[in-house]
This record gives sequence, structure tokens and C-alpha cells, in this order.
Amino acid sequence: MTLKERQEEIIDEFSMYEEWLDKYEYLIELGKNLEAFPQDKKTDDRLIKGCQSRVWLDYELKDGALYFTADSDAIITKGIISLLISVYSGRTPQEIAADDFAFLNEIGLKENLSPTRANGLVSMIETIKSAAVINS
Amino acid sequence: MNIEYIRSQFPQLSEKVYGKQLVYLDNAATIQRPQSVIDKWVELSSKMNSNLHRAVHKIAADATEEYETTRDAVKEFLGAKHREEIIFTSGATASLNLVAHCFSEAFVHEGDEIIIAESEHHSDIVPWQMECEKRGATIKVLPVDEDGLLMVDKLPEILSERTKILCVAQISNVLGIVNPVKEIVSICHSRGCYVLVDGAQGVVHENVNVQDLDCDFYAFSGHKMYAAPGTGVLYGKKELLEQMPPFLGGGEMIGTVTWKKTTYAPLPQKYEAGTQNMAGTPTLKPAIEMIKLLRSEEMLKYQNDVRDYLLRELQNDPRIRLFGVPRGTVEKIALFSFAVEGVHHEDLALILDKMGIAVRSGQMCAEPLMDRFGVTGMLRASFAPYNTMEEAEYFIKSLHRAINMLV
Ligand SMILES: Cc1ncc(COP(=O)(O)O)c(C=O)c1O
Repeated sequence: MTLKERQEEIIDEFSMYEEWLDKYEYLIELGKNLEAFPQDKKTDDRLIKGCQSRVWLDYELKDGALYFTADSDAIITKGIISLLISVYSGRTPQEIAADDFAFLNEIGLKENLSPTRANGLVSMIETIKSAAVINS
Repeated sequence: MNIEYIRSQFPQLSEKVYGKQLVYLDNAATIQRPQSVIDKWVELSSKMNSNLHRAVHKIAADATEEYETTRDAVKEFLGAKHREEIIFTSGATASLNLVAHCFSEAFVHEGDEIIIAESEHHSDIVPWQMECEKRGATIKVLPVDEDGLLMVDKLPEILSERTKILCVAQISNVLGIVNPVKEIVSICHSRGCYVLVDGAQGVVHENVNVQDLDCDFYAFSGHKMYAAPGTGVLYGKKELLEQMPPFLGGGEMIGTVTWKKTTYAPLPQKYEAGTQNMAGTPTLKPAIEMIKLLRSEEMLKYQNDVRDYLLRELQNDPRIRLFGVPRGTVEKIALFSFAVEGVHHEDLALILDKMGIAVRSGQMCAEPLMDRFGVTGMLRASFAPYNTMEEAEYFIKSLHRAINMLV
């Protein structure tokens, strides 16, 4: 599945939920199922500190593709992290660098990700972008 | 006086969010403004917009009259002795910085000590840290106990002959506990230490009389007491303000200006340099009227019922850890900060938001207090006198629903 196809798939999934709370239920589910992030990797250099939730992010470049792992102390944030990872992990830096991340707006998460929210997610996206640029 | 009538005076309260009726429970951050305040603001902007004190023309005289009668109204409201003890500022933060800087300039020297309550807002901590760093003075902390009550019994040993001032909020924006300010002032004064009271939360909820409290400074913001944003007050005892140097230099705060020597204006102009918030500051008058209106016996009884209901519900829920628990005769306002076992405050706030409920989450500008309780943040619901029992019940119901989604 291409990056765009995966994004379309997520947009479809979200379009089923009319109620906001149902979207959150779904994100909470995703958050609970996010692959565990090793406790010893929760170091300050991997920590993206926001006023609200904290996000830890790590990545590696393997066979020309970027692989992300991340965690948060807030579950909805974790759900969004899980979405991001399912879209971007395993893609080439060039693919990620060329993407505009606009699918997040289409699923209505824009406000959760606006810089004024002062949470770690905004910085997480910045980090994904810059990892892509550095490694392109 | 009925609550529906009161609510109809606040346009923001009838707004909807995400198609749901807004339930505004972030009043400690900014309280909603009544129509009377908005009208005053518009009137000043459309009928007498001109600079204060500086011109002889009609609208300048009208604006100056509005501004100066506001000073009288605030003086009456706070029970101050002299009108020149009322300094208009842009808010509590500006008032607190003014005291920190000018008081320190006059009275704080190397080796001196300043006491700050553990529950203070950053704006009552950071300005003092900046001054202490410059002057080689140190900060000592007046701690709170596990319930969030100030440990006033420790005060006598924390005070020393080097202590110059103690800074404490009348009501903390996190704990909602009404602190025993009068007792603290009396202990400090007996040891030659001045007291600055941060009244940002207190001024809306308590009957303030600065002469009775005998505090040396009292600071608050307009936007937390129904007035326009960008307005605020510093009360200071005249003899102290007179001994302190000016804060900002500029127009209006001077006596005469020459290249050789400049003299300063007397109080209060000495501390009101530059063009003032001429449209905003006079809204303090209708704001004070609103405070008084909401303090009728009937309204107070209703507010206490709402508070007691919430306190009971939150305290009886084993999943909830409430910060600021009243004990004995200690009073608490309807401001509730808490943590929920195994649940992040941001998740709760996001879900409640989508239910139409505006609450605060995070560190609430009191990081040292978060550290004290070992949490990264809290959820805070702060009620105003215009919030109804139905809103309180809806909040509790929604909170349970949100918690159940998350655990
Ligand atoms: C206790 C307390 N002090 C000071 C402040 C600062 O007020 P402002 O931001 O209006 O200057 C606040 C506002 O959050 C507060 O709650």
C-alpha cells in the first residue's frame, strides 16, 4: 500500500464516525494497542515535552526506510501516534519529505495538532519531517 | 435575583460549541464578561476615545473623569485608605512584577530573604527569582501540607531578621483554599516583614478589605473579575509606594524633565507611565457592581450548594485525587483540581471539550506545586457564581463517562 492509499484508508475509517466521542473511542483503542516502547528508551533526548502530554519518539533508518517508535503518557495522543506510525513507518525519507500531512485535517484532528495546543504531537510531526529531510 | 436572569447578562454563556451548549468551567483562567462591562467598553471606545489627563477638550475630560472615578470605586471596593494607593496596571502579572522590581530596588539587599508560598502562580514566583538573582538574595518556601493547606505554624521559624517580604495568594488558582491571609500578615508584621497578597482569584470570591487584612500590597487582574482584559490593579500602602522608585519611565509619571535632573509625579501617576488602558480600566466599575450583585445572600447560598455538591461527588469517588481539601473551618471555593488514577488530564480535557465542557488541564502555571504533589498536571474545573447546579451535575456525569472511556 502506498502512503497515499494508507491515508485514504484512514480517512474512510474516520468518515464512519459522526460523533466526536466515537472518534475518540477509536483513537483510545488504537492507543491501547500501540506497540510497547522500551522503558529504557524513555530518555530526555527522546522526550518531546509539551505543557500537556509528553511524547517520546525514536527512529532508525533501515534498508533505506525510516522506522518510527513512539509513546505518550496520554492515551488519545498515543492513538494519534499509532496512526502516524502506521502511515509513515517503513516509508523512504523521500516519500515522507514529499508528503503534506494534510490527511490529518481531513479526519478532523487539525485542532488537536495546532501549535497553540502546546502538546507534544506538533513537535512529533516536526521531528518526523526533519528526520525525513535529514535522511533524504 | 434569579440565576437565569444573571446568566442572560453574559452573552458568551449562551454560545454553543460543537453544536452543544457551552458549559464554561474555566472561570479561574478568565471569567465571562457581562453586557454592562461590554457596554462600558464600547461607550468609552465610541464616545470618549481620547488620551487621559493631557488635554483640555471635552472628550478627554470625560474619559479622564471615567478613569479617575474608577479609582474611587476600586478604593471603596478594596477598603483602601487613600485613592492614590490604587495603581492601574495591565493585570496581576504587571502588578506583581512592579512590586517585585520596585520593592526589591528599595528594600532587598544581598543576603536578604523572601518567602513565597509553595502554591503560588508562576507570576508570583518568577519576578522574585529574577530580582533575587540580580541582588544575591534568596527565596524560602512556605510549604503546603498534603491537603493543600498552608503550613502557617512553620512560618515563625521560616521568618528571619533578613526576611523582607512574604508573597502569598489569597486563594491559590490550583487549590481553591482560602488562605489565612490576615493571620499571616499579623505574624509577618510582628517580625518586620512585609506581605504581598496575590488577589487574582481572591478578589472575585472574598470580601476584601485591605485595611482589615493590613496587607502591604494587593494585586489582581480585571479579566478574572468580569472586567476587560488588559486591566488590573495594584494596591499598595502609601508610605511604602512613596519609598519605592518608579517602575516604567515615560509620559505622565514625571514632575519636571530636564537633561540635568528629572523629578517624578506623585502617586498614583508615578506608577502609571504612558498612555493607559482608557477604554478598559473604567469597566472595573460595572465589574465591581456585578461582584456585589452576585454576593446577595440568596446567590451565595446557591453558590455554596453547588460547591458542596461538587466537593461531595469528587471526594466520594475513589478514583479521584482532589488537591486542596478543606479541613475544619477552612473554606474552599468552587474550584476543583484533581487527578484521576491511571488517566491523563489531557485526555479528560479533550473528551470533556467535545461534550461542550471547557475545563483546564496541565500545570496551571504552578509547576512547583505540581512537583510537590508528584504529578505532571491536573484537571481543573473552576466555577463562577453564574454556573448552575444543572451544569455541575452535567459535569459530574460527563466526567464519569469520560473516565469510563479511558480506563
Ligand atoms: C493566582 C494567580 N496569580 C496571578 C495570575 C496572573 O494573572 P494574569 O495572567 O491575568 O496577569 C493568575 C492567573 O492565572 C492567578 O490565578
